[in-house]
Amino acid sequence: MNLIFLAGLALLVAVGFLFGRSRANVAAQSEAMHSRPVYHGAFVAIAVLVPMVLVLALGVPAGNHIVETQALGGFAPSLVDDSLKRSALLRDIIAVVNGQYSGNPTPALQRAADTYASMRAFANTLVLGTGLVFGLLGLAYGLRAVSVRFRARTQVERFVKVVLAVAASVAVLTTIGIVFSVLFETVRFFERVSPLEFLFGLHWSPQTAIRADQAGSSGAFGIVPLVTGTLLITTIAMLIAGPIGLFAAIYLAEYATPRFRSWAKPILEILAGIPTVVLGFFAALSLAPWLRESGGILGLDVASESALAAGVVMGMMVIPFVSSLSDDVINAVPQSLRDGSYAMGATKSETVKKVVLPAAFAGIVSAFMLAISRAVGETMIVVMAAGLAANLTFNPLEAVTTFTVQIKTILVGDQEFDSAKTLSAFALGFVLFFFTLTLNVIALQIVKRYREQYD
Amino acid sequence: MNAVANIELPQPAREPAADAHVTSATDPHIKVVARSVNVFYGDKHALKDVSIDVPERSVTAFIGPSGCGKSTFLRCINRMNDTIPIARVSGRIEIEGQDIYDSSLDVVQLRARVGMVFQKPNPFPKSVYENIAYGPRIHGLARNKGELDEIVVTSLKRAGLFEEVKDRLGDSGTGLSGGQQQRLCIARAIAVNPDVILMDEPCSALDPIATARIEELMDELRENFTMIIVTHSMQQAARVSQRTAFFHLGVLVESGPTEKIFTNPDDQRTQDYITGRFG
Repeated sequence: MNLIFLAGLALLVAVGFLFGRSRANVAAQSEAMHSRPVYHGAFVAIAVLVPMVLVLALGVPAGNHIVETQALGGFAPSLVDDSLKRSALLRDIIAVVNGQYSGNPTPALQRAADTYASMRAFANTLVLGTGLVFGLLGLAYGLRAVSVRFRARTQVERFVKVVLAVAASVAVLTTIGIVFSVLFETVRFFERVSPLEFLFGLHWSPQTAIRADQAGSSGAFGIVPLVTGTLLITTIAMLIAGPIGLFAAIYLAEYATPRFRSWAKPILEILAGIPTVVLGFFAALSLAPWLRESGGILGLDVASESALAAGVVMGMMVIPFVSSLSDDVINAVPQSLRDGSYAMGATKSETVKKVVLPAAFAGIVSAFMLAISRAVGETMIVVMAAGLAANLTFNPLEAVTTFTVQIKTILVGDQEFDSAKTLSAFALGFVLFFFTLTLNVIALQIVKRYREQYD
Repeated sequence: MNAVANIELPQPAREPAADAHVTSATDPHIKVVARSVNVFYGDKHALKDVSIDVPERSVTAFIGPSGCGKSTFLRCINRMNDTIPIARVSGRIEIEGQDIYDSSLDVVQLRARVGMVFQKPNPFPKSVYENIAYGPRIHGLARNKGELDEIVVTSLKRAGLFEEVKDRLGDSGTGLSGGQQQRLCIARAIAVNPDVILMDEPCSALDPIATARIEELMDELRENFTMIIVTHSMQQAARVSQRTAFFHLGVLVESGPTEKIFTNPDDQRTQDYITGRFG
């Protein structure tokens, strides 16, 4: 049904464009026009498109609402008002309508299904008819507007601006929406656990008793072990990725021949495309046992799941983020600065160290910040390689856990949605979000402060 | 302003090809000697068999239409063409009798002796002070902070910039005006006390007042340095140089005292160029 609507929409838009353009062509023969015929065509197409899209956007949800209300009219309010039961009923009704219902439907259900089917057909026809009427009205309006004086170009420009603004607002509103949904659940969590205990507690054990007779599971929600675990793993990752990524970028940008660069850079970027699950089992099954064995030879006690294994593999994961972005900003440093330095008798490495890197500093900081954000938010590698134990430790050879791992552990499986345990995931998410936001703000400040005005 | 008369020439201006393969000049006043220099960019023969003598403590101007090879030749003198992978240089260039393309020569030391100022001012995105201190630091010319300060101040004074920037030595060099930036680049070049200063169209990005300031500066600097400038402006060549070399299509057509080149050139092509018939 919606397909028919969209086909009609496309047809009317095309017709509007062609008619509008040809009318404008005719008018252009007698007198010079303000706008070129193609703009008149585009204007007519827009005059068709906008009302029809609005009819579809408003008509479909409204139609659904009416159809459902009518179909559910025969059932008791107790069934209809409960959102879970209501959606179960609707699923049954739609199954009956489609002939996929298993077993014999009750007479009430069959009646509802009949109502649903007939109302649905009626609503669809109504939306289609209204859409076509509005489309034709728009077409007539658009065609009437075609004239020598009409400023179609200005109108089309305005439409383009509106479309772009809508796209921008969708992105911004989505972000705001996510923040608020997390924020509300976080507030509910803080009604059960005090923020002070949450932020400064040294013990993390979110298991709460499901039955009153269960022992030893009162739950502890102190995030300090998670903060140290996250920082520990991120630090290890950046100790690996920072130097390697930056040096690789310098080599690619300043020393490598164009031929080497043209195949080495894509390969490096493939590293960013390896699914983190794959990296995770590399960490868990290859690196962690190897670390444990080598540690054993040196007389060190290495846990089979360690922060070190997870951090090293995570470092490998973020190398491309550092190197690829740094490479781009190093390349953006004007050649004239390098020439100036070489002409002073500086060697290549002196030029890189004293001129190129300082000039690219702001961009390199952003690359590092992006890599850190990636590392802090990474889940899969840590789940597989670093374990779940919330140890409060700075020893990289022990098992630690991070924000993301705990969120994943809490939300996987069947959950009661009003327990402190489940809600704590949202609070963790909120803290994590706040953390990366802070990082971004700091990065922006650094970039602003040190941005060099060359050129 | 034209002190052409008191520059003594070793020999009368000759056809360049005639003295090809002569490897050294006997006259002690000749700083830079080039013999049969050819430059290729890939397959393109950009500079053809150029031979020239450049006297010390004077300004030599290279003129000619765009793409004639004058900047290419200038960049041979401090081996900046080394940074272009496809460029290939043959022939011989000597500075004070030393072959600068000799395999034992360290290009870092060469560039410390041959400074360069570019077409577009390119101060480093550092403070005024750090811009000047850059060269002395990498070549270890100052033993302590006091000596470095002195080099910076002296260089700025010699470049005629000190009075304008003495209160903002810590500000970014890129915040100066275009003309000040170019004088900063000149100060940066003379901070390492080079023998030769190359200038590649140093005024083409500047307004007339800043240009006049730089030209005055060149006239002062020629007391201590051998200067070679590439310029598009024939008036500028006439104003600041003692000797002029005219390049055309990769060939050094003619070189000699500026006055002679501009009033009574030997070659018809030079005559056509300076009277504005092409270029």
